[in-house]
Amino acid sequence: MAEPRSTSPHRNAWRRLQRNKVAIFGLCMLTVLALLALLAPWLSPYSYSAQNLALGPSAPSAAHWLGTDLFGRDLLTRMIYGSRVSLAVGFIATAVALLIGVTWGALAGYLGGRTDALMMRLVDILYALPFTIFIILLMVVFGNNIILLFLAIGAVEWLTMARIVRGQVLHIKQQDYIEAAVSLGASRLRIIVKHVLPNIAGPVIIYATLTVPNVILLESFLSFLGLGVQPPQSSWGLLIAYGVETMEEYPWLLLFPATLLALTLFSLNFLGDGLRDALGEK
Amino acid sequence: MVSFIFRRLLQAIPVLFAVSLITFLLIHAAPGGPFAAEKAVPAEILERLNERYNLDQPIYVQFYDYLSHAVRGDLGPSFRYPGRTVNEIIAIGFPVTLELGCYALLFALLIGIGSGVCAALRPNTWQDYLPMTFATIGLCLPAYVLGPLLALVFGIWLEWLPVAGWELIPGDKILPSVTLGSVYAAYIARLSRGGMLETLSRDFIRTARAKGLPEAVIITRHALRVGLLPVVSFLGPALAGLLSGSFVVETIFQIPGLGRYFVQGAFNRDYTLIMGTTLLFAGLIILFNIIADVLLAWLDPKVRAETVYG
Amino acid sequence: MLRCVVAAAALLLASCSFDYETNVASGTRQGILHIGNGDEPQELDPHIVTGHIEHKLCLALLEGLLALHPQHLQVVPGVAHDWQVSEDGRTYHFHLRDDARWSNGDPVTAADFVYSWRRALLPALGNNYAYMLYYLSNAEAFHRGELTDFSKVGVQALDDLTLEVKLDNPTPFFPHLLTHMSYYPVHQATIEAFGAADARGTRWTRPGNFVGNGPFKLQEWTLNRRIVVKKNEQYWDADTVRLNGIVFYPVQNATTEERMFRAGQLHITGTIPTDKIARYRREWPQVLKLHPFFSTYYYLFNTAAAPLHQVQVRQALSLAIDRQQLTDKITMAGELPAYSYTPPEVNGYTADPVLRHDVHQARALLAAAGYADGAGFPPLELMYNTSEGHRRIAIAVQQMWKTNLNIDVTLVNQDWKVYLDKRDSRDYQVARAGWIGDYLDPNTFLDMYTSHSGNNDTGWSNPRYDALIAQAAQTTEQQRRFALFRAAENILMAELPIMPIYTYVNKALVSPEVRGWHPNLLDVHPYKYISLVSSADDTD
Repeated sequence: MAEPRSTSPHRNAWRRLQRNKVAIFGLCMLTVLALLALLAPWLSPYSYSAQNLALGPSAPSAAHWLGTDLFGRDLLTRMIYGSRVSLAVGFIATAVALLIGVTWGALAGYLGGRTDALMMRLVDILYALPFTIFIILLMVVFGNNIILLFLAIGAVEWLTMARIVRGQVLHIKQQDYIEAAVSLGASRLRIIVKHVLPNIAGPVIIYATLTVPNVILLESFLSFLGLGVQPPQSSWGLLIAYGVETMEEYPWLLLFPATLLALTLFSLNFLGDGLRDALGEK
Repeated sequence: MVSFIFRRLLQAIPVLFAVSLITFLLIHAAPGGPFAAEKAVPAEILERLNERYNLDQPIYVQFYDYLSHAVRGDLGPSFRYPGRTVNEIIAIGFPVTLELGCYALLFALLIGIGSGVCAALRPNTWQDYLPMTFATIGLCLPAYVLGPLLALVFGIWLEWLPVAGWELIPGDKILPSVTLGSVYAAYIARLSRGGMLETLSRDFIRTARAKGLPEAVIITRHALRVGLLPVVSFLGPALAGLLSGSFVVETIFQIPGLGRYFVQGAFNRDYTLIMGTTLLFAGLIILFNIIADVLLAWLDPKVRAETVYG
Repeated sequence: MLRCVVAAAALLLASCSFDYETNVASGTRQGILHIGNGDEPQELDPHIVTGHIEHKLCLALLEGLLALHPQHLQVVPGVAHDWQVSEDGRTYHFHLRDDARWSNGDPVTAADFVYSWRRALLPALGNNYAYMLYYLSNAEAFHRGELTDFSKVGVQALDDLTLEVKLDNPTPFFPHLLTHMSYYPVHQATIEAFGAADARGTRWTRPGNFVGNGPFKLQEWTLNRRIVVKKNEQYWDADTVRLNGIVFYPVQNATTEERMFRAGQLHITGTIPTDKIARYRREWPQVLKLHPFFSTYYYLFNTAAAPLHQVQVRQALSLAIDRQQLTDKITMAGELPAYSYTPPEVNGYTADPVLRHDVHQARALLAAAGYADGAGFPPLELMYNTSEGHRRIAIAVQQMWKTNLNIDVTLVNQDWKVYLDKRDSRDYQVARAGWIGDYLDPNTFLDMYTSHSGNNDTGWSNPRYDALIAQAAQTTEQQRRFALFRAAENILMAELPIMPIYTYVNKALVSPEVRGWHPNLLDVHPYKYISLVSSADDTD
């Protein structure tokens, strides 16, 4: 349960989080990955698109630490560049989901009554829409592009967020200090922004850390269907989808990208768990 | 309770209507019709085919026609498979998908609850870390990686199990069920560990222990009932996800279920087939959510109390 | 948790004895062939379906007037045991054998063929392959609904066992056409027991209803699971048929199919994943069957779109790609680099290999077109439909154009129907394409780039080309026809509205127990020649 902001719960939480070694490991891991992705052009030993057809797929060696793919492209470079797409999809789509979900849920919960019922009915409708088909149709109708991919995934993932936030807002609304603020004549918007939002930060952060891995996996599923990013770009999903096909012949093409994906998802999960414990959420 | 269920079912009607409208508009907005083919189809033939399947009508008329047939249980003919109706395809494919989903759920519950509860009973020992590490790995392994991996290991290398098929060779149901269920097993393991840990620290367990009840009784009679509540509330979405998400597993293991038609229908612009399967899955998602809510209220006195006092 | 999984699996294994006999072992013992057949067939009606998958099924269930021999691809007698063609090549007389029977015992008569060809041409049936029958005089008018009296169409039953066919033009490949499923007969009484002659998708093709005249009859058809056919004792040549039955599995995923083959669940696969080829070459070469296929892989240029309206640009793009390297390193199944459009050795016709790989000249031509070293070259998009194979070719070509011409190309992956839509409405610049010949003659490739062809999606037209193709259609003498085709093809390859890349290879895995399966250009494998011999009692 979220407590009123008396003793700066967030600072305490941060201290608790620091004591959780696995969570800090996750955080460091993610920071390193984000840096790698940002600095990709300066760090990568090779170009992500330059081919060497004569070389073809080769096992890890001194020249190519993680080997090369079918086109003789350096796998390490493709993984670093792939992290740009995958992390961007993960974080931007989650941000989209957060933005829509929090706004929608907070408004519905705060306004209440008929508006609330109407807004949540829309959430129900989208909830009942089988999301695979929904995303496939969206991609087919509007064509493959990365911006749409962010939006489509975000549009699917905001629903649970909206429900969580609404529940929290309904709960907080009944607290004494909000009623006090209302009786003091504060405007609704001011109340939402100043009092309600800070108090729902906990569950939202936790849910967000769990959404990011889901979204990264969703992108890889779309790549599996051929609806992901366009070549010569790469993403983890694309690398893995291709690696699976050749896992007997060129195992490194599956092993390294899959390990990287697993490490990232591990880190996100650890961080999510750590945050949950630190924020005292159940 | 009965009126609650009835009200929820009633609310499903506008939801289903909206779902069918959205899907209908989306598929008709998608470029390329159901009869487009590699070798150019003469305009006259295309016209006749469109006429035959009512596609020459304005879109609202088509939608009205579709709905008025659908409410009477007639989902129309498939465009891709001219000799089959959507009803027939669903009648053949859905039982397979349902069976696969049930096995997968069973597997997920057995493994998930088993390892989750074991982990919770000995927190922060290797009996906790080991299953939880596997659970996290399970969460990271998409079915399209796990499926081929299992088929390779158990089908090709060890030669223990068939690599594909459904009800063709004994044992061919095992690998797909495990593949589909593993992600959910991982989820359930985490949920039941969390739920049990919290429950075991609650007062009523301490009271029971103080009363000197045997540990086995405390766990099976008291703790499990409360500790597994998160798992119960997860069941609805899980089963819905298992059914509508079986496409990858069905493709990898060559299973004649509905998931494949669902995705193929979209790519083939088989309008009626997409509509039919979407409506079916939407209905199931709604239904399972209702069932999960009812189960939860029945198991958890707190939720029941909240509906009374809250 | 994995331990638990393994334990649970082991337990299950122990409880039910899974010491099962593989399909290959049991099938070989019982004379049942297990085949991977690509996908679920849309239908089994030969006048509705168009795909290769459906063709493979119809080949078991029905038989035309003539058939193809898998070894030399010459026509051999089918329902007709003999035929004559008139001097001018426009009239054929087919003599049907008197022991040809439908699977219910009815005799197969000339009237059955008249009925069937009429049905195939009925406008309301919506037969996509009706154009295959346009060689019959007045057939096109009847199909377009301009003519309703079928007796004016060039097919007539002179008596029960004699069929007379009249053509508009001398068509030397007409006997080959007759082996195509659009000329297969269907059983009138069965069709009409379940609906009108032009009703689509009636229940006549279901097991129990289906009446055919092929070497096998339909026993089971379970959607997306399998189709089972068993030997048809009524078939006139039943003594030749060695198999007792065939099971077709609609396996879409090539990797799954390869696993099924390796686990002994299939005798024959429809394909093999590209990445496995090298390994099979090394370890199991005896089961790997690779053979040129009557199909060309190529890129379309939209000749109405800048900068592709300039012929130098198209030529430069073609000269800049290294076809040999594409087939060696990317497709890897021994595809033949295509230096002309038609595949080599088409019934005696081989086009001049005029295309080359010459980066120097490519650069010179690009400069002549006004884009020296790619400077100022407008953005170029290359569209392909979703498929790993197309994706790989596109990635490699993209890089070749970049390195050799300094041109930036964007790859656009579209889902199949969107791709068709864009191609059809010419909303593309460069698009991937492939064409499988319908019959063994260069005409099936070349007549699609005439100005009036519905399949010419490039916007290119050349009156001299049209004239040469039309003239070839009027010519009976094979060498003269081929000379005309060669002249036409040289025009096509000089102006390059299309850029051929390679000739397809048909890929299959065939287990050593299978005999009488001959790789050939058309990928037809009539089942009546196939037999199964257990490797144990294999003495020859």
